[in-house]
Amino acid sequence: MAHEATMSPLAHADDHGGEHHHETPNVFGFWLYLMTDCVLFGSIFAVFAVLRNQYAGGPSGKELFDLTNVGIETAILLFSSITYGFASLNALAKNKTMVLVWLAVTFVLGASFVGLEVNEFSSMIAEGNGPDRSAFLSAFFTLVGTHGLHVTCGLIWMAVLMVQMMGPQDLSERMMNKLSCLSLFWHFLDIVWICVFSFVYLAGVM
Amino acid sequence: MAQAHTDHDGSHGSYSAYLIGFVLAVILTVASFAAVMAHVLPPSMTIAVLTFLAIVQIVVHLVFFLHLNTSREQSWNLMCFIFAAATVIVIIGGTLFIMHDTAINMMSR
Repeated sequence: MAHEATMSPLAHADDHGGEHHHETPNVFGFWLYLMTDCVLFGSIFAVFAVLRNQYAGGPSGKELFDLTNVGIETAILLFSSITYGFASLNALAKNKTMVLVWLAVTFVLGASFVGLEVNEFSSMIAEGNGPDRSAFLSAFFTLVGTHGLHVTCGLIWMAVLMVQMMGPQDLSERMMNKLSCLSLFWHFLDIVWICVFSFVYLAGVM
Repeated sequence: MAQAHTDHDGSHGSYSAYLIGFVLAVILTVASFAAVMAHVLPPSMTIAVLTFLAIVQIVVHLVFFLHLNTSREQSWNLMCFIFAAATVIVIIGGTLFIMHDTAINMMSR
């Protein structure tokens, strides 16, 4: 089976019964969308890189960022990546109950990530360090906010898929494709977060 | 849960592959945080270390979580990724270069 075109273990799910399928255009098309998203994030990172020292007399990252909070967010997102992976493997094994369980765990982790981020943003804004304070903070809120918005969209998508999966029906090929696409999306967001915690937070507190 | 192993080979995802990727990602993340929090390296060195660790971790995620590889069947996926990565490098590198030049010539820094 290793010779099939696939981005994700889920694309193999329709292999049972000796049938020979190829990766559907949906999953490849979604991969192309992710690549354009990559360019979007690249542009925002470029803006942040240019404006990272333009404090306009306001606070710098050193005064604002709490590395403990960032560490917890990073751990949560990393855990949610592997729990989504477990959901994928159970989807392959046609074990729908366990898919729902792992998706629920992933959803809770993702929601706590968004919660921590909203909490961080609101406390910064409450202290007068909102996106209007300096160019640095505008770029910071745009970059981290765009990532958070993506995670939120991923959570809504995950909730919709979980509702669609409930009921007695088996996992359809169409549902497997949807799970493959969301898998790519979710793991892609974790990759973007690697760049965020490295170049925004860690580089910002030095 | 073990039945997942019988359906496919390791290159397309298995519990062991996800766990290996996860452990590698944890090690690299902790190394990044430690490099900054230990305060033992000069800032320019720390940035270099952070960049290196981030690139390695991105590759780990691509291989173990997104199952990207160099097989012929994935050549389009890989080619699109390389094109996007090149575009991002040009955008970020070009922006930094041109804005740095502008800042020097305008004496705005």
